[in-house]
Amino acid sequence: MSEVPDNLKYSSEHEWVRLEDDGSVVVGITDHAQAALGELVYVEVPEAGQTFNKGDACIVVESVKAASDVYAPVSGACQAANPALGDAPELVNQSPYEGGWLVRLQPSDPAELDELMDAEAYARLLAESGG
Amino acid sequence: MSEPVIFELSRAGRRAPTHAVAEVPAHTIPEALLRDAPPVLPEVSELQVVRHFTRLSQLNFSIDTEFYPLGSCTMKYNPKICNRLAMLPEFLERHPLGDVERGQGFLECMFELQEMLKAVTGMTAISLTPMAGAQGEFAGVAMIRAYHAARQDHERCEIIVPDAAHGTNPATATMCGCTAVEIPTGPDGDVDLDALRRVVGPRTAGIMLTNPSTLGVFERHITEVAEIVHSAGGLLYYDGANLNAILGRVFPADMGFDVIHVNLHKTFSTPHGGGGPGSGVVGVNDRLAAFLPVPIVGRTGADRFVWLTEQDLPQSIGRLSAFMGNAGILLRAYIYMRLLGGDGMRRVSEYATLNANYLMQQLVKAGFDVAFSERRASHEFIVSLKGIAGETGITAMDFAKALLDRGFHAPTTYFPALVAECLLIEPTETETRQDLDAFAAALIDIRDQARTDPDEVRAAPRTMPVRRLDDVRAARQLDLAWQGEPESS
Repeated sequence: MSEVPDNLKYSSEHEWVRLEDDGSVVVGITDHAQAALGELVYVEVPEAGQTFNKGDACIVVESVKAASDVYAPVSGACQAANPALGDAPELVNQSPYEGGWLVRLQPSDPAELDELMDAEAYARLLAESGG
Repeated sequence: MSEPVIFELSRAGRRAPTHAVAEVPAHTIPEALLRDAPPVLPEVSELQVVRHFTRLSQLNFSIDTEFYPLGSCTMKYNPKICNRLAMLPEFLERHPLGDVERGQGFLECMFELQEMLKAVTGMTAISLTPMAGAQGEFAGVAMIRAYHAARQDHERCEIIVPDAAHGTNPATATMCGCTAVEIPTGPDGDVDLDALRRVVGPRTAGIMLTNPSTLGVFERHITEVAEIVHSAGGLLYYDGANLNAILGRVFPADMGFDVIHVNLHKTFSTPHGGGGPGSGVVGVNDRLAAFLPVPIVGRTGADRFVWLTEQDLPQSIGRLSAFMGNAGILLRAYIYMRLLGGDGMRRVSEYATLNANYLMQQLVKAGFDVAFSERRASHEFIVSLKGIAGETGITAMDFAKALLDRGFHAPTTYFPALVAECLLIEPTETETRQDLDAFAAALIDIRDQARTDPDEVRAAPRTMPVRRLDDVRAARQLDLAWQGEPESS
């Protein structure tokens, strides 16, 4: 069973979102997602300042099996991407919720955060899909 | 692997002189442009070269040595006669810039190939020029764009692609400056028509489909799909990847497609899978004929053949290579089609689907989970090993590796991504029932071993030139060049 921390919000596309004190959000992929993808070999992140609507493909994660889009869980502008992933994409596998974070976004519509799932709902989604 | 790279065989000063040294200067390259130091080349004898490359060739796992059920790749037997006739010196030594009057035989073959491809696809015009499947896709979507542009319909830049599509389809859309819009597949394996209705509109350039789909089932609502896309102003693109399943029986034009590419190397007899050379010919209906890539072979009078160029098709999307496609691959396809004839082509699809359904039923009887088992397979089908993986920890990849030790090339693994722990199996029409039975027995044997001795399955392959490769490290630290120093003596 994959790990689903209580303090995060989740999307049905297996992204997690952590609200920071300054109102920005940190985004990554869940433990379930990294396990399904397998060992990552490349992560393509957006540049600071790029803006996304909720649901836009904003990051590409590439494993030995497949390349997959990661979708913006909320609308907003990219503030920064995890600089460590260029040399060490495996951080996403090793530490999906901490060292393997993907991007930090400044949400343009904080109300969208309420549309995301809490840990309990996401764990239920995983259980229902056999994950 | 026991075979060293050829540089490791090198000894300083060793030569393989088969030609006398030239007495006149071999080049007139200005001094300033010449390199300062000679290139690092292996110094080996002729016999060493022969042995090295012969040994490497013997390490090949090929259709000529083993059953090769690699789904979506149509690894059928390629009759040797096609190769032999395409290698006739009159074909082989013909120069593409040679006088048209002296190349009438070759041009006639190409003209007939165009005509046969029209007959087998139902399209009204063909261009043989795309050099590979990916270039055929590019040509097809470029023609769709050119069509809309010629009608001043500049907003159409979205290409709809089902989630089961080959990865090349969204890549092609992007290469052509379009945006790929994904639509889901319904639980029965057909395109979700409601989702399609929601995404079509004034921005729709077209849809890319392969039928049968990569799920190994025939898209039953194809005429409705065509109606929805056409009435929104978009066009239909047929990815010919799975043409083997319907050859001579169903015609893409009848399904409503406006443009199609065909992988001649796949369906029509060229050993493939190593990255080329290939052939991705395109066919269109009257709507798109003006935009075909050039050159095309035309006929003037009863039996005189000419190249049609930009002068003849001013709206053409242009040229895709220096000449016209890979002549050798086109010739192989021509010979193969002439050998088969119309009846032979229908037998291809009959036996391709019969073999797939037979093998699928053998595996269903043996208790394997088959995706969409309630539907008849086309030319390929999907086995999901999710249950066995949960029970034993042995994955689809472990099965694939263990098959190698049992004398079978692995099926396609983990594609399509919609089915967990899957094998996509395409036996093709050229396998015997005994080979299909032996393959089913091997899968059963591996499943037994997964339950009794899983570590042994994880240790496979044991008999191959290389064992399990570190594919993660290979991708992260791409290193394709030999980095050592040749030994000095």
